[in-house]
Amino acid sequence: MIELSDVHKAFGDNHVLRGVNLSIPKGTSMVIIGGSGTGKSVALKCILGLIRPDSGLITLDGKDVTKGDRDAFLARFGMLFQGGALFDSLPVWQNVAFRLLRGSLKRPKDEAREIAIEKLRRVGLTPDQADKLPAELSGGMQKRVGLARAIAAEPEIIFFDEPTTGLDPIMSGVINELIREIVVEMGATAMTITHDMTSVRAIADNVAMLHGGKIRWTGPVAEMDASGDPYLEQFITGSADGPIEAVR
Amino acid sequence: MNLFLSPVATLGRNTIAALAMLGRVTLFMLSAFSHILRPPFYPRELFQALLQVGWLSLPVVGLTAIFTGGALALQIYSGGARFNAEAVVPQIVAIGMVRELGPVLVGLMIAARVTSSIAAEIATMKVTEQIDALTTLSTHPMKYLVAPRVLAALVTVPILVGIGDIIGILGGYTVAVQNLGFNAATYMQNTVNFLEARDIISSLVKGGVFGVIAALMGCYYGMDSGRGAQGVGRATKGSVQAAAVLILAANFVLTGVFFSI
Repeated sequence: MIELSDVHKAFGDNHVLRGVNLSIPKGTSMVIIGGSGTGKSVALKCILGLIRPDSGLITLDGKDVTKGDRDAFLARFGMLFQGGALFDSLPVWQNVAFRLLRGSLKRPKDEAREIAIEKLRRVGLTPDQADKLPAELSGGMQKRVGLARAIAAEPEIIFFDEPTTGLDPIMSGVINELIREIVVEMGATAMTITHDMTSVRAIADNVAMLHGGKIRWTGPVAEMDASGDPYLEQFITGSADGPIEAVR
Repeated sequence: MNLFLSPVATLGRNTIAALAMLGRVTLFMLSAFSHILRPPFYPRELFQALLQVGWLSLPVVGLTAIFTGGALALQIYSGGARFNAEAVVPQIVAIGMVRELGPVLVGLMIAARVTSSIAAEIATMKVTEQIDALTTLSTHPMKYLVAPRVLAALVTVPILVGIGDIIGILGGYTVAVQNLGFNAATYMQNTVNFLEARDIISSLVKGGVFGVIAALMGCYYGMDSGRGAQGVGRATKGSVQAAAVLILAANFVLTGVFFSI
């Protein structure tokens, strides 16, 4: 269980998070939605410790995430970054097996390569892509490699930051399906950030809407359309009219 | 009143900003050295950095040294002729290259070639979230990106300086023997006899310090880069400027130190 309690974060005068409270039960898929610049990525990075919150508490299974063994904490996570964040200088298989080639999860090189190729297959990429450099792949393929890297060490918790941004609708559908399948088969806890309502419906067990630095609404995805919250309704319908200012 | 205070306030703000940056760079340097000494180590990254900083810098270092040595011989010959001291060309070329021009020019070439490349590479990694990705993959960016580069510069730049010194002296030798009528054997003998161990040691120590400055500035500005292409551009420009100025300042300080020993 991941819990955020009254988390605040400001960058200068810009108060991005103004008291975020959120619970993500173990083994469920939470999708956080919200307009651009509402702090979705900041919240995610606060959980991972990439950004230090100004105040508030973030716990994983009841333990403060800022305390304890950081390597052991991070070893429980996998993350798919918005742009893939693949390492340009490494071939695809070494990107996927990055964690398996060094540190506490280190395996022999041949075994790491085998696992990388298996994970690449899992996300629909053939073994002949393994020795290519990331720059030689299309955007969709890079996303899949990022996904393979996120699941390579079989983490308990997987974060997906805008997994379908910049992809065509068909590739978005493929990625959404893959995320759902992988999360279910691994039994992982998932947290996804997206603007894409198709992704929300495909991936989420629960949805939280972040607006004005706070969680505006949260609940099961099945209840999202009947929430009665004008902010959420406007976001779902994509209307320019409503309480959320279209020009921000 | 405001007109009078405004420049003072600006000066104060800039001084505080400069001191704050000095503090940040110092902490960054201490962190880099602590990561060099503590496991885990990344030999593959170190090997690549040795190749990038050392081996691939050899052509530019060699060319810079040979032209500088040649030009130095011509200048000393021409200047020395004004008071009948043309014969000191071998000695002045040797001491000029080894004590001063070799380390400084190699340092500046490394700043141009290596600092800029490190800053641009790390800044791009930051902009594209690769640094965050490293962290989430349980790999400390200071250990994986900074420590190998700083260590590689510390090891290879003194070697480059030594090679630059030799090539520079050979440049002066070639010009002196081919164009200025010096005897080849006498020129070499004068060069070897004149140089002392402390000249060579000071040259290599300067090389090590300049190498660390060059790599640290590249890494610091890269890690501190802002967003987008503009952020990468600023980081690259800032790193080269800072490295060049710090190398020249460190050269002045080190020269003073070696003179006082």
